[in-house]
Amino acid sequence: MAEYQNFFTRIQVRSPAYPGVPLKGGIWKRSGGSLFSYWLGRIGDFQVGPIYLGTLGLASILCGFVAIEIIGLNMFASVNWDPIQFLRQLPWLALEPPAPEYGLHFPPLNQGGWWLMAGFFLTTSILLWWARTYRRARALGLGTHVAWAFAAAIWLYLVLGFIRPLLMGSWSEAVPFGIFPHLDWTAAFSLRYGNLFYNPFHMLSIAFLYGSALVFAMHGGTILAVSRFGGDREVEQIVDRGTAAERAALFWRWTMGFNATMESIHRWAWWFAVLCPLCGGIGILLTGTVVDNWYLWAVKHGVAPSYPQVFPSVPDPATLPGAQP
Amino acid sequence: MNARRLGIAAVLAGAALALAGCERPPIDTVQRGYRGLAMGVVANPRTEAQLLQANYVAPPSSPEPGSGADGGPLASSIYTNVQVLKDLNVAQFSRLMVAMSEWVAPADQACAYCHTPGEELSSDSNYRKVVARQMLAMTRHINSSWKPHVAATGVTCYTCHRGNAVPKYTWTQAPAQDLGSNFAGNRDGQNAPSMVVGLTSMPNDPFTTYLNEHATNIRVISATALPAGSTRNIKQTEASYGLMIHMSNALGQNCTFCHNSRSFAEWNQSTPQRATAWHGIRMVRDLNEQYLKPLTSVFPANRKGPLGDVAKVNCETCHQGAYKPLLGQSMLPDYPELAPAAPAATAAPAGPAAPVAK
Repeated sequence: MAEYQNFFTRIQVRSPAYPGVPLKGGIWKRSGGSLFSYWLGRIGDFQVGPIYLGTLGLASILCGFVAIEIIGLNMFASVNWDPIQFLRQLPWLALEPPAPEYGLHFPPLNQGGWWLMAGFFLTTSILLWWARTYRRARALGLGTHVAWAFAAAIWLYLVLGFIRPLLMGSWSEAVPFGIFPHLDWTAAFSLRYGNLFYNPFHMLSIAFLYGSALVFAMHGGTILAVSRFGGDREVEQIVDRGTAAERAALFWRWTMGFNATMESIHRWAWWFAVLCPLCGGIGILLTGTVVDNWYLWAVKHGVAPSYPQVFPSVPDPATLPGAQP
Repeated sequence: MNARRLGIAAVLAGAALALAGCERPPIDTVQRGYRGLAMGVVANPRTEAQLLQANYVAPPSSPEPGSGADGGPLASSIYTNVQVLKDLNVAQFSRLMVAMSEWVAPADQACAYCHTPGEELSSDSNYRKVVARQMLAMTRHINSSWKPHVAATGVTCYTCHRGNAVPKYTWTQAPAQDLGSNFAGNRDGQNAPSMVVGLTSMPNDPFTTYLNEHATNIRVISATALPAGSTRNIKQTEASYGLMIHMSNALGQNCTFCHNSRSFAEWNQSTPQRATAWHGIRMVRDLNEQYLKPLTSVFPANRKGPLGDVAKVNCETCHQGAYKPLLGQSMLPDYPELAPAAPAATAAPAGPAAPVAK
């Protein structure tokens, strides 16, 4: 019984290395042999590899390498090539997009040109990796659900770094590459456009983000809880419900009156995850292009409530006669 | 078992390291705004004693003599080269000089810090005396012309100096990054661990940007729901944010001391402190332009910044971590000489009688 009441993987299925289904066509073979790792087996499968690299994978890794090199070497140069300072200051270091005065033009390398190049190579790398996930799924005869879910994330990435800056007519609207800098950019973005929390698509995005975590926890918890009855064979139980599926369903009907099925829960999970960046991307795309101040927009449309004034009224000093700007 | 113990120890050590910069709870919060708006004033009861100590004001060593004839004739009729304190009688004048020597001059030098021994008291050969004269004019200017910021509390030399010859918190222009051949590594004036902007990656010289005469507009948030021509951008927002972090640090307060964070721009939801701060920003610009920059030729090079500009004031110069400097204690009742009743006729600073070499 204790076997089932554990947070970590209890069972490692060990077998001779399995290279996978035969490959149809293509000039590439699987690269590398198979390794076996006890520790990886604690959290996933104990067989590691072989990997299928392929043309798309190789091109993607090369482009990604170029992008990371441009970003990393610019950061390294910004601390005068001091490796200790590079490590110490790494969270603050960044490659900034061009200044607003450059608009959509190509600025000198050190004034944002490097940022454009890094963005180009990173985007190419990501798109190639997307094509790879699509092609590998087809080669295995799978559906392309993973590729389309990945595409939803790429949509948000492209809106932030490419589509919205194009519509705004300035690369300076895009996100810097850097750990703290991209977080501080996010705060500044929300401030400039009057509080992103009043953006309904941002609200939806957050609902799906937190919802994804909730659905994931409910599903994982349910399946672990019924695995003692064979509930971990959930795919078979889509059509052939055993006592595990019945008990899991009954649990949710008892507790909330309604239950997902072994099939529908996975569709819920996929859509919740996909809708998070999909809605977020729409929200970002509308910001600055269609709406300039989300708080005022929310007041105009009756979304933002008004609260009783508890402080003495303070006029804007800049509007008083004789005020300095 | 040993591996498990080692793991637990590593996790605890990691947590301790990650939380080392945090103040431990509980923190006191006092609600100010309407309920549910999170407009709380936050205070750490364990640092309160430290704050009180840092803002302790010693009682004056002698009572205020008053401006009447009992205090003797006007100092300007006895001493030569009195340019600012012309309206004080000798008793007031001497008492203020003694107070200044306590507030500002190093203890072992006292009067000699500004008045070079062996020279006439009227001599302007010591640059410190010329600076002190300018600072007296500045103090009177603040107390008479900047009441929207300092109210009746006012300021004295001690508000900034606190016993230091040079106030502890000043700013000089940050030198631009050496870009070498300008090929790579541009930090864009930001993205560095700078205490000025509270260790964020915001642009880290907000003072040069905002606390000068021809300062950039701080406001970045659009005043209309839909786009109507506002050209304010995100980079300007980051710079503005940097200045706000400085103000927050300088006052030891969070954003909601002035703003309702649901809408940082709206004045009708802000606290009255925001208007006080607004005037403070204009005051600091005025002081830097009218009183400190004209001292550029007076200060020796070692008192100036790397770019040769004089040390200037920002919010922290007076506030020093308190929401009001000296926690709102007014020293003016004991030193009314520093607050002339009428605004100074001209803001033009008194110049040195003889330019000081160097």
